[in-house]
Amino acid sequence: MDKEQVKDMLEILTGAVGVSGDEREPAEITAGYLEPYVTRLHRDSFGNVIGFKEGTGGPGAPSLLVAAHIDEIGAMVSRLEKGFVRFSAVGGLDPRTLLGQAVEIHGRRRCRGVIGATPPHLLTEKERKKELRIEDLFIDLGMDPEGVEAQIRVGDYISLVRPLLTMAGGNIASGKALDNRAGVVAMIVCAAELVDIRHFCRIYFVGTAQEEVGVRGAIVASYGLSPDLAVAIDVTHGLSPGVAEEDGFGLGEGPVVGVGPNFHPRLVERVRTVAREYCLPYQVEPVPGPASTDSRAIQVSREGIPGILLSIPLRYMHSTVETLNLDDVLLTGRLLAGFARSIDTDLVEGLTCI
Amino acid sequence: MYLELLSNLPGVSGDEGAVRRAIVDLLTGEDAPDPPLTIRTDTLGNLLVHKQGRHRGPRIMLAAHMDEVGLMVTTIKESGQLQFKPVGGIDPRVLVSKVVKVGEQLIPGVIGSKAIHLQKREERKKPYTLEQLYLDIGAGGKEEALELVKPGDYASFDTALVPLGDGYVRGKAFDDRAGCAVLVELLLMESELSFDAAFTVQEEVGSRGAAVAAYSLQPELALVIEGTMASDTPGTAPDFTITRLGHGPALSFMDRSFIADRRLWQQLITVAEERGLPYQHRRFAGGGTDAGAVALSREGVKTAVVAVPCRYIHTPHSVMKISDLKDTVSLIKAWFESGVRI
Repeated sequence: MDKEQVKDMLEILTGAVGVSGDEREPAEITAGYLEPYVTRLHRDSFGNVIGFKEGTGGPGAPSLLVAAHIDEIGAMVSRLEKGFVRFSAVGGLDPRTLLGQAVEIHGRRRCRGVIGATPPHLLTEKERKKELRIEDLFIDLGMDPEGVEAQIRVGDYISLVRPLLTMAGGNIASGKALDNRAGVVAMIVCAAELVDIRHFCRIYFVGTAQEEVGVRGAIVASYGLSPDLAVAIDVTHGLSPGVAEEDGFGLGEGPVVGVGPNFHPRLVERVRTVAREYCLPYQVEPVPGPASTDSRAIQVSREGIPGILLSIPLRYMHSTVETLNLDDVLLTGRLLAGFARSIDTDLVEGLTCI
Repeated sequence: MYLELLSNLPGVSGDEGAVRRAIVDLLTGEDAPDPPLTIRTDTLGNLLVHKQGRHRGPRIMLAAHMDEVGLMVTTIKESGQLQFKPVGGIDPRVLVSKVVKVGEQLIPGVIGSKAIHLQKREERKKPYTLEQLYLDIGAGGKEEALELVKPGDYASFDTALVPLGDGYVRGKAFDDRAGCAVLVELLLMESELSFDAAFTVQEEVGSRGAAVAAYSLQPELALVIEGTMASDTPGTAPDFTITRLGHGPALSFMDRSFIADRRLWQQLITVAEERGLPYQHRRFAGGGTDAGAVALSREGVKTAVVAVPCRYIHTPHSVMKISDLKDTVSLIKAWFESGVRI
């Protein structure tokens, strides 16, 4: 796969709407992309999409779970007020990013709207400095109250709208839900790379649901599939002005390998070795506590599932201008493929006897 | 719809060329009237158009401003990000998480902010200030950025007009492309009276274009066509509603910059009432318009403002109702038909 294909997939996947709890659109698209590379595809009852590929080791070989969440942050209708819509956050929505934001409400029909903002002429100095709270924001659908009541119900999903754009000669992409459709694309890149690479292990490619509200899809998927080891693919913070150097990673400098209590040290060592072998750049992120990714849940599933985390650096996380370098997505998929290729029985048996 | 074409164009104060050229194209294109319009520009960039009507009447000036609020690049950081200052009145809080187009090449850029995960509790409570915001064009460093943009480049919101709900639209710069669209329609249709149309520049930075346009046109009467604030939204005290969408053009009795000529103002009300046309009062004395500059031109000009109500002006996404635009055209047309005798 090349950068152009990565961009095209991201464009389609970020154009899809999959706020946590209703991931049907991205699940279907992800399944479509995985289909040529897997032997079985299904969705579990929770909403995870699962593709399976047999390795050269056959049914007795170790199994690898690759998890990339397909859900995105958004909101839900909480109240109708004189033709306008009040809402609650689904996932870590930042109220400071929402004024003047275009949205869609998925009511009886799909309705365009905008989160209203007071014109500067009317703002008092006090209001300008006031904390923005979700409760104070509202959505304008350009409909009279009767129209709104006919189309919109409490509990309807609300998604943020932003078509993907590319910058800097096509290397940089910016948009919404790149957290974590970028991870999903890296997983697809890995699946595509493995067409030409023999791998011993069996692989489950899983697009997990409801990560943004507490890594829930990963909990049930890792239990259901009971793999021998796992890789979660997600995004991490990119460096930008105002972000401390220890919190951010360089765009275009390769995938970020998590180190810390949630990750198995031997697997971390293995992925670093693979990166050196293939001459792939990588960065290291110390994660001293529970990871805020699927890794956190997978590690403590059943008797414990050892794993690692590969992250793609991304600026302005949880906004509609999340920004990343397409090379990092490609490199993450390639590193993952190399890691999958390196898995054998010795590695897996060695994981319990440190 | 002329509004869609005009609203989508970038035209921050001082950089109205794209809007000006589009209006000239509309006025001279396949819909061009017969006899043709007399079109000229001045050194500031105002577009001045004379429309021949059936009758001569007094010297009338209709004005709408072409410019919109936006940003200007001030410096380029070593890291490749761009610092900017606002052009016109913008609440910094609406800039966060938005896309803009920078410079003549319309380079896409985003205004990012620190991820919510990295914000300290105290930070979350404080809205962003302009000093904290910057433009990211994806450049890896200052040199790379300088290949694409330079200090002094304008940036405008990257917003495309779309229909919304039942007869509404969502888009940018309705203040005052709504007025420009009204004026274009009036120029393209048959007119009872002759008039001069001024598509002005730099309203958002102090009505600078209108001042010189009014001087050169020397009108006896002037009507400024605006896109004005509507705050018929939740959380607004009734006193601050100002105007309401769907209730027709708004007439100003005064604003921060002028007091409407009482006879002209009353005449517009009378015409609306006699003809059964919707109108509303702009219930607010704040905000400024080109009317301030026009009314004080030469020895003074009798001036009024007719405005299309718009929600969320000066942000990347405003909302207006199409019927209000049409009703504004109808009111001005009816006013011409009434003879405009003052």
